[in-house]
This record gives sequence, structure tokens and C-alpha cells, in this order.
Amino acid sequence: MISDPDVIGLLYLVAIVCFILALRFLSSPKHARRGNWLGGVGMIIAIATTLLREGIGNWALIVIGAAIGAAVGLVGARKVKMTAMPQMVALFNGVGGGAAALVALAEFHTSGGDLVWDSALSTVLSALIGSISFAGSLVAFAKLQELVSGRPIVFPGQNIVNIVVLAAAVVIGIAIVGGLESQWAIDVLVVLALIFGVMFVLPIGGADMPVVISMLNAFTGLAASATGFVLHSTVLIVAGMLVGASGTLLTLLMAKAMNRSVANVLFGAFGQVQAGAGQARADDGRTVRATTADDVAVQLSFARKVIIVPGYGMAVAQAQHDVRQLADLLEEKGVDVKYAIHPVAGRMPGHMNVLLAEANVPYTQLFEMDEINPEFPQTDVALVIGANDVTNPAARSDQSSPIYGMPILDVDKAASIVVMKRSMNPGFAGIDNELYLDPKTTMLFGDAKESVLKLIGAVKAM
Amino acid sequence: MTDVGSLVFVVELTILVLAAFLGFEVISKVPTMLHTPLMSGTNFIHGIVIVGAILVLGEADDTYLKTIGFIAMVLATANVVGGWFVTDRMLEMFKRRPEPGEREPKK
Repeated sequence: MISDPDVIGLLYLVAIVCFILALRFLSSPKHARRGNWLGGVGMIIAIATTLLREGIGNWALIVIGAAIGAAVGLVGARKVKMTAMPQMVALFNGVGGGAAALVALAEFHTSGGDLVWDSALSTVLSALIGSISFAGSLVAFAKLQELVSGRPIVFPGQNIVNIVVLAAAVVIGIAIVGGLESQWAIDVLVVLALIFGVMFVLPIGGADMPVVISMLNAFTGLAASATGFVLHSTVLIVAGMLVGASGTLLTLLMAKAMNRSVANVLFGAFGQVQAGAGQARADDGRTVRATTADDVAVQLSFARKVIIVPGYGMAVAQAQHDVRQLADLLEEKGVDVKYAIHPVAGRMPGHMNVLLAEANVPYTQLFEMDEINPEFPQTDVALVIGANDVTNPAARSDQSSPIYGMPILDVDKAASIVVMKRSMNPGFAGIDNELYLDPKTTMLFGDAKESVLKLIGAVKAM
Repeated sequence: MTDVGSLVFVVELTILVLAAFLGFEVISKVPTMLHTPLMSGTNFIHGIVIVGAILVLGEADDTYLKTIGFIAMVLATANVVGGWFVTDRMLEMFKRRPEPGEREPKK
């Protein structure tokens, strides 16, 4: 039993240092894993210290709750496929936010609503942000898991409804800080925040998920931090804020990679606006050329340099292992193979890197956009596997295009381009890709995995 | 120092702001390829709300608090345990190109 608050504070400080070092170790893949272990140690210290604090009871409930949570978390973490990682992260964001909101509710109840203004403010913020994060994350999860459509769900006046809901929640929050002590007030606040969480993620399309997930991550961190103010716990304040900073930074990075403001991503309902855009170009006589796996195999085998451009299509088809096998075969034939990774390829920051790492592709073969773009002009074949908008030259040239200004991979500068695609459906942004009409481009239609397997067969047969 | 209550608030606010700057510094050094592990790693760290969940549940003396605290406990533990194991699983996969001799066996 620890009763000295100084000892408790010092032990929490040790936990804080562990968390900071854990994040520092993430600066290189070499010792990143050690960092996570250190973070684990910090968490154990924080939990043990809390359990040993004076006045902690209800042991049976604590143990049962922890056992249920641990079982769910462990099974989820073990079973989840790497392709489903964005959903998993969304889900953990949600449960963390939910827990923060619940703690705030409990503290409000304990105090009987009789709070000093600063405690009231922290409680309100924790409940508000935590609830938004909880509901928003569950919707993001449902979208990524395709329980609901990944396309933007919009209705007229949506932004106005959202603003009204949020404003109502904020007004009630201010009233609580101002001295309104009723239980119903905080209940209504939570309900409004939950509604807002659902409503603000619903209209956001699949391709914008990297921004949304990063932002929900930041929200949950901030909610935890606010909870820290409620409980006067430094470890919660610091750890929560570290997550808040991380999520905010990632949100800004992702938005920048799409050359759009965060506000535009959140309220733009991308993919709905430009029904007619890009249609005219398809009628100018140029046509899409389809090809066969055998032809592509010849092209690849006799190339000196091949750059593979993976996208969400590869993730959906779970083709990463086969892609790597194809790359290995080509390397054995003396072909120089590299991978080009666009920052927003996939559904979360760094999604492609994780999938390729899972397939044992050494990370030294993966190149970021700025590193690889100068190499496309010297490349014989650019092999685009399930990527679309991040290769669309319209982003460079067509001012009327909704993705104009977004930095892209300069795939069109390669000597020849092979695009593996399920069908001619436009990407998530809902716009035609001019790359497909380029005379240097050939299309290999079909499921990414099946196409890659056919390619492997054809390359082996040569 | 007449009003100790608000002094605590100001000190905590100071800690918050410093943590924000520190967070930005540290996170900006994380390479792009590790952004997914970074997200799941920070996911694990915000599982620190488990401290709040334990305090609420451990000090709960009525049904309302016990219920709320119990749910919070389940959610936070799932967050901590799941977040950590997922991150560990992911980081295990990031490897350098193996040396020619230790290339994994084929076929």
C-alpha cells in the first residue's frame, strides 16, 4: 500500500520517462521494438502504482474487468490481419476515448456536480472529446470493415446540422463549467457528442481515412489528457498529450500529402462534387489498352529497372506476399526492383510499409515519394498494383481536377507503365485517371492477387 | 500563493504545454515508414486512461459508479493489452535486408 503522494508521483514520473523513450526509440526500425517494450514497462509501473494506492477496493470487479478486457485485446491483436490494421487502430482509438469519457462521467457523479471551474472544465472536455472519439472511431471502424459503405454518406445541410449539434454540446459544456450541476446536463452533453462523432465521420470517404484516423488518435490522447486534469494525475496529462501531439502531427502530414486543408477533408465530402469532371477527356479518341500476364512477364523479365507502386488494391487483395515473391524472381533475373510508397497510399499513415514488412520486404527497398520520383525517367517498367489517385498526372496538370496540386508519384515518366486494376472503376476520389489513356500504359485487369500469381507463373515459365 | 487550487491547475497546464512541445519534437523524428507502428504505439500509450478506470472502479461505492467504472476498466484494458501486442507484432516485421548467407530458405 502506497500512501505517500510523493512516492506515487515519482513512480508515475518513471512511467512518463518510459513512454517518452518508447516514442524516441521509434525513430529507427532497428530499436523500435525495444522502445515498445520500454513503453510496456512504463504501463506496468503506472498500473501497479495505481493498484497499490490507498483506498482501492472492489478487487473482484477490477480483476474481472481486466480479464475480459485483456482477453478481448489479446485475441484482437493476435488475430487481426495486417491488411485490417486501420480498423484495429480505429477500434483501439474508440475504446480509449470511451474509457476517458466514462471516467469523466464517474468523476462528475462522485462530485455531485459540485466542481470548481477548472475541474468542471476538464471533466466537460474529457467527456466531450472522449465521446466524439468513441463514436467517430466506431463509424470509422464500420467503414473500414465495410460494415457500412466506405463512400461518403451525405445529405443536404449536413454541415449545418453538425455545427448545430456541436454548438449545443459546447453550450451545455459552458453551462456546466458555469455552475450547472445536474446529472442530466452531462448526460445530454455526452449524447450530443456521440451524435456529432457519428455525423462527422459519416461523410468522409475511404481515401481520406488516413486523416480521420490520425485525428481520432489525437482526440483520444487529448481526452486522456483532460482526464488527467480531472484526477490530478501527471502521468495521464503527459502521456495523453504525447498522443495528442503525435495524432495532430500525423493529421497535418496526411492533409499536406493530399494538398488539402484538414477542414477540406472533414467538411468537403470529397468524391461527390465532380460528377462530370474528367469525362470529356475519355472521348478524345485515346483508348485504354488491355494486356495479358504473359506480355507483362516478358516486359518485366527483360527490364533493367522496375518500380512497384502498391496501393489500397494490393491491401484489399492481400497480395503483398505474392508481390514480394514476384520481386524476388525478378531480382534473381538481375532486375533492379524498388518500391515507391506514397504517403497516403492505403487507409492509414504508413499502411503500405507495414504490409510489405509483413511480406518480408526489407525496408531498405522501400522508397518515399521524394526519393523515388527522380528515378522514374530511368525506369523501364512502373508496375502499379491497386494504386490510383496517387499516380494521376491530372494532379500536376489539370487545374480543374479535384486532386490538382496533390503531390503524386511520377509514374507516367517511366518508359512503360503496367497498371493492375480490378476494373475501370475510378478510384476513391471518383475521378478518371489520365494515366490509363497514356500510350505507354497497358492495363492488366483482374484481382491483384490473381494477376500477380499469373505473373509469377509466367515469369517462372520463361 | 493564496489560492492553491488554481496554482495546481496552472502547474498542470504548464506540464501539458511542455509535453505538447516535447511530443512534437520526438514524433517529428519518426520516419514515414514507421507511421503505422507509431499510431498503434500511441494507441497503446493512451491506454493510460486505465489509471483513471482503476481509480474510479477501485473507489466506487454505488451501483452507478461500479457500472461505469467496470465498463471503463474493460475498455481501457482492451486498449492497453491490444495496443501493445499489435505494436509488438508489427515492429517484429520490420527487418533489414538479410545478409546473403542468412537469406531464408526457398522452396
